[in-house]
Amino acid sequence: MNISKYFFIISIFFVGFIIACDDGDENPSETASFDRREMLTNWADNIIVPAFINYRNYLQNLVESKDAFILRPNESTYDSLTAAWLQAYKTWQHVSMFDIGKAESIGLRNFTNIYPTDNALINENISSQVYNLELPSNFDAQGFPAIDYLLFGIGGSKEQIIEQLSSDDHSQYLSDLINRLYTLTDTVTEDWLNSYSEEFINNDGSSATASVDKVVNDFLFYYEKYLRAGKVGIPAGVFSGNKISSAVEAPYSGIHSKLLFLEGLEAVQNFFIGNHFEKGTRGISLKDYLDFVRPQNNDADIAMNIVDQWGSAISKTQGISDNLKEQVETDNVKMLELYDELQIAVVLMKVDMMQALNIQVDYVDADGD
Amino acid sequence: MEKINKYLDQTTKAAPLAAFRIFFGLLMMLSIIRFWYHGWIEKLYLLPKMHFHYLGFEFVKVPGDYTYLLFVVCGLSALLVSLGYKYRVAIVVFFLTFTYIELMDKTTYLNHYYFISVLSFILIWLPAHRYFSVDAYKDSLVRSTYVKRWHIDILKMMLAIVYIYAGLAKLNSDWMLKAMPLTIWLPTKFDIPLIGSLMHEKWMHYLFSWGGAIYDITIVGFLLYKRTRVLAFIMVVIFHVLTRVLFPIGMFPYIMIFSAMIFFDHRFHDKLLGYLSKIFKINKSLFDKIETIRYDSIDKFAPIVLGVFMLFQLLFPLRFLAYPGNVFWTEQGYRFSWRVMLMEKTGYANYKIVNGVTGKRFYVQNDDFLTPTQQKQMSTQPDLILEYAHYLGNHFTSQGHEHVEVYVESYAALNGRKSQPFIDPNVDLMKKKINLSNRIFILPFND
Repeated sequence: MNISKYFFIISIFFVGFIIACDDGDENPSETASFDRREMLTNWADNIIVPAFINYRNYLQNLVESKDAFILRPNESTYDSLTAAWLQAYKTWQHVSMFDIGKAESIGLRNFTNIYPTDNALINENISSQVYNLELPSNFDAQGFPAIDYLLFGIGGSKEQIIEQLSSDDHSQYLSDLINRLYTLTDTVTEDWLNSYSEEFINNDGSSATASVDKVVNDFLFYYEKYLRAGKVGIPAGVFSGNKISSAVEAPYSGIHSKLLFLEGLEAVQNFFIGNHFEKGTRGISLKDYLDFVRPQNNDADIAMNIVDQWGSAISKTQGISDNLKEQVETDNVKMLELYDELQIAVVLMKVDMMQALNIQVDYVDADGD
Repeated sequence: MEKINKYLDQTTKAAPLAAFRIFFGLLMMLSIIRFWYHGWIEKLYLLPKMHFHYLGFEFVKVPGDYTYLLFVVCGLSALLVSLGYKYRVAIVVFFLTFTYIELMDKTTYLNHYYFISVLSFILIWLPAHRYFSVDAYKDSLVRSTYVKRWHIDILKMMLAIVYIYAGLAKLNSDWMLKAMPLTIWLPTKFDIPLIGSLMHEKWMHYLFSWGGAIYDITIVGFLLYKRTRVLAFIMVVIFHVLTRVLFPIGMFPYIMIFSAMIFFDHRFHDKLLGYLSKIFKINKSLFDKIETIRYDSIDKFAPIVLGVFMLFQLLFPLRFLAYPGNVFWTEQGYRFSWRVMLMEKTGYANYKIVNGVTGKRFYVQNDDFLTPTQQKQMSTQPDLILEYAHYLGNHFTSQGHEHVEVYVESYAALNGRKSQPFIDPNVDLMKKKINLSNRIFILPFND
């Protein structure tokens, strides 16, 4: 074959290329690029750091309420202690998903909210007075679930609980658990305030270890494992075939389990939409990122589909008892229905969203071809 | 027939084949070291609880800690190939160990690993050790300045098959008319130097799509033609360096660049080997004295074996035509066909274990059984979805569950389309056999 034939073939391709290009030129708005750095800044400055500061404040409050209770164990100090515990537990739901930086390296989530808690181990720790809360074997003997057991589950009436808790060994354990929550969180929060914010924002590349990719993976992991499975799926028996009502979050206080779930879902939505923490304002986040790449995705409005799906999940909770343990025991079908709604959002995020954003659900940085 | 015999008898200088052997061996050794260095032996082979098998190769198992030994043997044999020391044994060992490694888990399949198995199989039958090798250095009876012309042409032909099939696979409406999946992939490369800021431009997506297709289909032609050869080789370098920058494709670009040097004539390779001789103080003239051509007994069978093999290489990539449906969706006949960086497919597979008698059911947490990499691969490929279903069914049966039926609720999204149901959720996958017949449990693809 001679050169002129090659040129002929190439010119045919060239003409085809121009035609194909023309076809896609209807979206002039695409030319602006998406500012991932601005998104990271918004996440750090307006969502993550304020949420950690808020959480630390409520833990501070919890520490003080605990000290007051130990000093004067009575119904009133007990009530303010349980109220402070609930407040802190609620605000924890807003930082749980950010398992990055110091939170990841010290294992904040594992030390804070692993449930069901092991009450036998807790009792053993209390009676032996020898325990190392830094050991992974004590993950399920500390954090909010363990405090839930101590405050509501050690038996009998409120008076009896107060009496038991005011014993030296019990109050020591309670105190250790609460102080530990504060210390761990203080480490993470200070790290964000001192240097990590900058590092986080500067890591604005596109590799598998870049901040955007990591946070999105953390976000999905949290949603799938801790919110969908942990708070709803596992107690409803989705993964075992048998309902496990004791596996709900905070089973001893009982009535807060639905509230804690809703708080977690709200945190997920706020992050996705970019709502500034406890302010009426918002900045750019995943929703905007999805809307930015939307013209490339045959105009499927993925962001709206995801938000709508969460709306359906929330509407399913309306017929559900505040006490998820009770709900599982009396009418588990409603729990399963709620789970199904949460599950649909997993598909939208893991398949549609991840493809559109071209972020890999993959922690192994292996070759492709 | 006479023409064929005449062609098979033509001889040529051995230098290009020797250079090919040296670089191939060296790059393979580097690949093995790199694989180890990145911790992939552990992550991809030792950590997973289960492995996905190739049909007919179920006997291939990950040999535990001996896997490291397998890599050592593979890497060392690659080095021996490069040196041309005990060449025939080395290349056979390399082919067997490398291929064994690739067969250990289907989720690690990459076209370029298959390419290496194919090349090393061809090299078994070629006298790549007769020139500029330790074997030839030590034994004058091995030495030969000439080899048969087809010994070099067959490598060119293999490269032509790879490029042209890769190019033809790109001639589909998503790639050519929608610039997919590059429209998804390129914008995330905003942080590469010089052209990063252009990566979100629509015309760039089309330029790369069309450029890639044209390149793949025509490059071998330009490499074969003497007057365009140098320019074409520069294109090879630019193209593959660019793919290296844009995509995580490891050693593949370098392998292709060095392989493409086979298109240069023997003068180029003589010079190249001359440089190497100077650097390593090798007496090259020793190899240039033997003008005769030597034969092994293997050379008698080689044309027949490789003739059949190349026919297989020509036909095997076309087997997708035997299946109904879109090959991107069903992936029946997708592998071993040079479909390289061709589509963006994301999936999700949620398994349901049902007691067929009582109807009692529960869902599986894939994390309990598969690594993230395996989950990602499994969720988009029907054969893996089926194999995993069987694994789960057997696992739960052995755990004491009765009348186990396995269903999957799965979704996949192809090239930026909205996700859609992938596998029929009403089919008990335990009842579906793992074989090559058309997988009717794959739901139709709606474009």
